[in-house]
Amino acid sequence: MMIPLSCYLILSGILFTCGVLGFLIKRNIITIFMSIELMLNGVNLSFVAFAAQWHALSGQIFVFFVMVVAAAEAAVGLAIIIAVYRTRETLNVDQVNLLKL
Amino acid sequence: MHLILFLFFGGICVAGAVNLLVQRHPINSALSLVVVMASLAGEYLLLGAEFVAAIQVIVYAGAIMVLFIFTIMLLNAGEEERSKGSRVALLLGVPGVAIGGVLVAWTLLRRSSTASVGMFALPGDPRAIARLLFHDFLLPFEVTSVLILIAIMGAVVLASKPEAIARPSTAEPAPREVRELVAPGRQR
Amino acid sequence: MTQNPYLWLIPVLPLAGAAINGAFGRRSSKKAITTIALAFCGAAFLLALKIALGFSSAAAPYYFDLAPWIRAGNFQADFSFYLDQLSLVMLLVVTGVGFLIHIYSVGYMLDDDGYYRFMSYLNLFMFFMLTLVLAKNYLLMFIGWEGVGLASYLLIGFWFTKDSAAAAGKKAFIVNRIGDFGFLIALFLIIQHFGSLDFTRVFAAVQPLQPELAGTGLLTSIGLLLMVGAAGKSAQIPLYVWLPDAMEGPTPVSALIHAATMVTAGVYMVARSHVIFTHAPGALTVVAVIGTLTALFAATIGIAQTDIKKVLAYSTVSQLGYMFMACGVAAFSAGIFHLMTHAFFKGLLFLAAGSVIHGVGGEQDMRKMGGLRHYMPWTFWTMTIATFAIAGIPPLAGFFSKDEILWMAYISPHGSWAFWSIGVVTAFITSFYMFRLWFMTFFGEYRGRPVIHDVTHQSADAQAMHAKGDQHGHGHGEPHESPWVMLGPLVILAVLSFVGGWVNIHHRFDVFLSPVFSTHAAFSQLKALTTQEVAQIEARDRLELAFTVISVAAGFLGLLLAWLLYHKRRDLPGKIAANLGDFYRAVANKYYVDELYAALFVKPLLEGSTAILWKGVDQGVIDASVNNAAFSARHVSENVRHMQSGNLRSYAGWVAAGGAVLIAYMVWMGVR
Repeated sequence: MMIPLSCYLILSGILFTCGVLGFLIKRNIITIFMSIELMLNGVNLSFVAFAAQWHALSGQIFVFFVMVVAAAEAAVGLAIIIAVYRTRETLNVDQVNLLKL
Repeated sequence: MHLILFLFFGGICVAGAVNLLVQRHPINSALSLVVVMASLAGEYLLLGAEFVAAIQVIVYAGAIMVLFIFTIMLLNAGEEERSKGSRVALLLGVPGVAIGGVLVAWTLLRRSSTASVGMFALPGDPRAIARLLFHDFLLPFEVTSVLILIAIMGAVVLASKPEAIARPSTAEPAPREVRELVAPGRQR
Repeated sequence: MTQNPYLWLIPVLPLAGAAINGAFGRRSSKKAITTIALAFCGAAFLLALKIALGFSSAAAPYYFDLAPWIRAGNFQADFSFYLDQLSLVMLLVVTGVGFLIHIYSVGYMLDDDGYYRFMSYLNLFMFFMLTLVLAKNYLLMFIGWEGVGLASYLLIGFWFTKDSAAAAGKKAFIVNRIGDFGFLIALFLIIQHFGSLDFTRVFAAVQPLQPELAGTGLLTSIGLLLMVGAAGKSAQIPLYVWLPDAMEGPTPVSALIHAATMVTAGVYMVARSHVIFTHAPGALTVVAVIGTLTALFAATIGIAQTDIKKVLAYSTVSQLGYMFMACGVAAFSAGIFHLMTHAFFKGLLFLAAGSVIHGVGGEQDMRKMGGLRHYMPWTFWTMTIATFAIAGIPPLAGFFSKDEILWMAYISPHGSWAFWSIGVVTAFITSFYMFRLWFMTFFGEYRGRPVIHDVTHQSADAQAMHAKGDQHGHGHGEPHESPWVMLGPLVILAVLSFVGGWVNIHHRFDVFLSPVFSTHAAFSQLKALTTQEVAQIEARDRLELAFTVISVAAGFLGLLLAWLLYHKRRDLPGKIAANLGDFYRAVANKYYVDELYAALFVKPLLEGSTAILWKGVDQGVIDASVNNAAFSARHVSENVRHMQSGNLRSYAGWVAAGGAVLIAYMVWMGVR
């Protein structure tokens, strides 16, 4: 059974859009970070969908690497958040605004 | 059949994503993200990428999200309070996202109307993936292992207590047994 | 044309002297500076002599191509030197009189702090003047032309701490520049129509052309523009105003540059371009008219001046007018002849004036001099010879040259009785004011202050040589004679002023120059004379004799009048001046020409420059564009700064917006 590829891609787009919206709207740093993960997941889905269209394996390999990188990034990012929390005592992104002109 | 299953998992996915946006407490957002990931794993399975589905659950939902939840618990993140946001983000960003999304959707709907995928289309068994991973993509594989190592070290440094790293001289002197280990035989 | 490989050394030797003195003079001893300056200048003179002795009219003209310079398409201008009879005369005059003045300067300027600078500038001037005289093309001549203007500026403003001297130097240079503008346009026209600036090529191209009898056309334009340049350099109407002011410079400068050599560059240039001028009778007439008018005009101003150097300055302008009158009637060799004799007696007059000024402790006002012949006999006698020479009294040099000019002014096909009559009147006036100077300075009672060697209130001229007064013993409080280093050149020049005219007896000088001017009308007129019938020749000769008698009589009349007014009845000049009232004041104030120029040209130019060029262009456009560039950069960055708010979400907003733009662009590209 075949369904059009665009279904998967639209789903991927919806996920990505939700991720960006979350990045823009949310105030908690950790939630923002989670939106980033959401974006990455959306992208992963589109990779796999395209791999299925071409019956290729390289798409999945790329998904594999994306996951690895996302893991590393999540680890470091959360460490940074912890460090920021230590100094600023807040998780509100609007109050982490010293790096300005 | 394929379509029904797709819509099922897709619906759960979208619901989870929207819930992530709507919820005020980060822990709720984290849990809905877990739901998204699980449903994505279902989608992957639908396409036949079993290996990817498996590691999606194990790594993403099982490790990364757990890390997130640990952090939320560690930092005792509470409900989001109202604060003055950025006008730019709302004025520029949201329309921008909307436009971008609409454009992509329009393009996709126009172009790829003839492309289609079938259920279980992918040869996603671990053997095939392993063959590819350790032959053609060996270098990226090794590099990512180094990347993870760096990430670990970075996380440890960044998240540790400042005094232990920055000013070792003001820390307490090590206990006697440790000193013996470090410099055995020294009369002190 | 034969080659002479030593030609280029003549200008370059003084240049070397100038360079050495300029670079090392500040730390050298006075003796070293003197040696260098005199050695190089003397070497140039000796080389010139050697070439002169070996000069053969058959082998002339000599040339030497030193180095290639400009090769631009078909146009070519090289560092080439050229020596024919005309250049030889100029060369000997410049190096000879120049060398004598160098020696004089040693005595005059030795005690000045800037002695090394002075000698360096003098040598530099010699270099440029010799380049001008020996050049084989107009471009190299122009280098010399500009260079002597530069040297003149440097030397007039030598005592640059004095405002009037600095202003005079500027005035000289700027007025010169106006003339140079005309010269340059003439050069451009020559390049455009003849493709070269080389003398031989240009004149060969012009020679076969038809003379422009209508008074208009290319050659007339070139001639007129060349005359503009000559008027600037040689102080003719209307560009003569810088020469009287140039008397701010030390007296040797006035003698060398503004009497003997630089101001004659214009005459030389006109004589050199005689081929062009003879083919453009309109331009030639303009030259003659300008020369004649200037001669008369300047002479009238000279009557009323009281500064001894100013009298001589106006006299120079007037005599240059005579030379241009000569050239203007195509009597080029007569003009050159007068140039030579003028160099002798005018140089002598200036040097002697310097000696006088030195002797009376810096006073330049003739009303405060008098009776100096008792105190400075050598100066007196040399200056007497010079004064008689300039007045045209035979058998001195000035008589021969001035007489030839007056005769040619009448007899030449381009001449007329108008030129001759104005010339005779001017000769009378010349004689009058020169003898006025003579009587006021050397006769009667000494009217000046006691000569005290107190430097504070002396003129800069005398401050320069103050200490020398103590070296030659004299009675304190009295005017005294100058040292021999200054008197020597005076004597030599006096001898030359006496015998210098004798070279043209039987027209030997004209014949010598004839290969150069063989194409000009006056000489062919002379040639035609020899083939005319005897009666006509005799009639002409009687006329020439009559004219000679008239001009000599004019000279003696001037002497008589001056004796009357300034020796016998000293009260008369004051009464006459009072009776003439305003007219006399106008003459004494140089007919207010400087004021006129200031109102007509200088003031509008200054105000226009201030309003438009300074405030409008420099401040408003150039400064403003730079400043506004900075202001706008700051303004823009002040506004863009707000992007860096530190707020993470606004960054995210920008990223999302940018991403949308990119996506839109890619979609658009894909759709096309």
